[in-house]
Amino acid sequence: MSDAIKFTIDGVEIEAIPGQTIMEAADEAGIYIPRLCAHKDLLPFGSCRVCTVMVNDRPQAACTQPVSPGMSVESETEELRQIRTNLVEMLFVEGNHYCPFCEKSGNCELQALGYRLGMLAPKYPYMFNKHDVDASHPDIYIDHNRCILCARCVRSSKELDGKNVFQFVGRGIHKKVAFNSDTDLAATNVSVTDKAIENCPVGAILKKRTAYAVPIGKRTYDSQPIGSDIEARKAAAK
Amino acid sequence: MGATRKVIIEPVTRVEGHGKVSILLDENGQVTRARLHIVEFRGFERFIQGRPYWEVPVTVQRLCGICPVSHHLAAAKAMDVIVGADKLTPTAEKMRRLMHYGQTYQSHVLHFFHLVSPDLLFGFDADPAIRNIIGVIKKYPELAVQGVMMRKFGQEVIKVTAGKKIHGTGAIPGGINKNLSIAERDFLLKDIDQQIEWSRGALKIAKDYTVEHLEELSDFGAFDSSHLSLIREDGAMDLYDGGIRMIDSEGNKVIDHFNYQNYTDIISEEVKDWSYMKFPFIKEQGTENGWYRVGPLSRINTADFIDTPEAEVARQEFKALTGGKPNNLTMAYHWARMIEVLHAAEKMKELLLDEDLQGEDLVVKGERRSEGVGLIEAPRGTLFHHYKVNEDDQVTMCNLIVSTTSNNVPMNLAVEKVAKKYLSGTEITEGLLNRVEVAIRAYDPCLSCATHALGKMPLTVSVVDHNGQVVDKKST
Repeated sequence: MSDAIKFTIDGVEIEAIPGQTIMEAADEAGIYIPRLCAHKDLLPFGSCRVCTVMVNDRPQAACTQPVSPGMSVESETEELRQIRTNLVEMLFVEGNHYCPFCEKSGNCELQALGYRLGMLAPKYPYMFNKHDVDASHPDIYIDHNRCILCARCVRSSKELDGKNVFQFVGRGIHKKVAFNSDTDLAATNVSVTDKAIENCPVGAILKKRTAYAVPIGKRTYDSQPIGSDIEARKAAAK
Repeated sequence: MGATRKVIIEPVTRVEGHGKVSILLDENGQVTRARLHIVEFRGFERFIQGRPYWEVPVTVQRLCGICPVSHHLAAAKAMDVIVGADKLTPTAEKMRRLMHYGQTYQSHVLHFFHLVSPDLLFGFDADPAIRNIIGVIKKYPELAVQGVMMRKFGQEVIKVTAGKKIHGTGAIPGGINKNLSIAERDFLLKDIDQQIEWSRGALKIAKDYTVEHLEELSDFGAFDSSHLSLIREDGAMDLYDGGIRMIDSEGNKVIDHFNYQNYTDIISEEVKDWSYMKFPFIKEQGTENGWYRVGPLSRINTADFIDTPEAEVARQEFKALTGGKPNNLTMAYHWARMIEVLHAAEKMKELLLDEDLQGEDLVVKGERRSEGVGLIEAPRGTLFHHYKVNEDDQVTMCNLIVSTTSNNVPMNLAVEKVAKKYLSGTEITEGLLNRVEVAIRAYDPCLSCATHALGKMPLTVSVVDHNGQVVDKKST
């Protein structure tokens, strides 16, 4: 790779292709940087900030920051772990996330990240905001209580499904995902096979009648923490 | 009622939830009536409205940490009706049954060894500092270890069928989400004979205690009543499914093989202003006479036979005591409970040896319905789950009748009987308090009050005279 860019993550030298983001280069090198809104099939977005790293001592979102020669990236530091944990905790208290009975439990990226970061109980007060559910679609169930506003559905619908089913409305604490219809989800052209449905990291967009089909112990994050698939690349390369 | 004094005992210890007992006295210090106030608000019926039906079996089991499987399975059975699964696959039904027997086993063992055995082993009047599980561990270490290991076995059964020991996800509408692997089967099989042996021992303790103390127990919170339970088509005891049978205190069948999907045709619930718990009753008999008992005692009383050999022998011995008539002794609940422990152990062995548990066909579905009822014989008695679901798959109505609710009148009566016998004057003795709790504990176990389990009895008793004045107050 003649035009490869060399930089370091936590002191380890990484080679990257020009134009790659820090996260893309780290993924290829088998280094996991925590994330929630980022998705490998979607364009960089940079909204959740869970992937915040220090680039030459300045905080940057690893999912949007392109690599440059010689940059020094810090990711696994206690300070960053604390920042990421705080962000995840804020998401937990802003929504109504009842992991004990949520059907996404064990497959939920928010829950898995909480575990990976060593989160115990949130230190912030629960907000108990009131959120709606939309069960109008015959095959899709929407539970805004569990939405973390990562925009994966909004972006997937646009970028991958060629539709425009989901969009944000409102600002601040009133911000929510809305549907492209005058009434409810059933009135949109969404399909249960849409990537927008599949790419939801939490239990906010669900396929109806599939809950708990996978037994405890066989779910995605039951036996290994989130990011293990990425870290396995490093082990495989050795 | 005229002038009365009120004796309040709270909290009731080694009993699930927060209970408070009021004993109402007349001017002469004689007990006129007793009330067990259940002051917890459950709320599940309301807050699952709007939730998708498939979530319910996992959500509602959070009602309880001791017998969550009962709620899990009763809700799943109701949801089977919703998804039109009228007959589950053999693997699904047997996995659920195994889960349920594991649950019954561990719950009964907890009830008997951890919570009740101190009363039986040390006597009702023993020092509370000794009369607790730590006292049992000190004086009868082998027995205490058995109790722990038996409960552990039941929990392991739940883990391999539901996914984890408490609050699993195994039963899903129309079936189950896993079968039993050979490794899981062998893990349990290696201990099952030991479990059966220990069950025999526990049964002997309960039986011997009852027989040896028959004279005292015959007058201890005992009263005639109807008994209700599910019953298998051939009249066998069945803890997982069947029709509703109710017998009167003489053993006459008042209701038999009634399809529980229509339970509202025969059972209604009354609300009283002094308790959050409703009072179910048989419609035809009215609120005054229509109450009934549920639980181990009722199940042994209603069953024509038990389909496992050793438990059946035990049942016959039990029935012989009353000449084949129903046994109405409150304290005989413990003996009946240990017969069920042996039955559950035998059933688990039978199921573990059944190759259907390794089947791959786990879920069935049929024509979607909008309403479903699921009943199961929970450790403490018949449990009713009733749901309505709209076209969008959301729950619109939920009604639960838990076993303690069915036993509401009987528990009040048992307390009243005990109070009448052991209370006179205004002095609240430790012996009285203990006996009130012993009577409640015959029906309802659990251990919300860990403080007492560790030795100290946190009771506050007030004697209130007919003018509403507190004339005596005692805390321990």
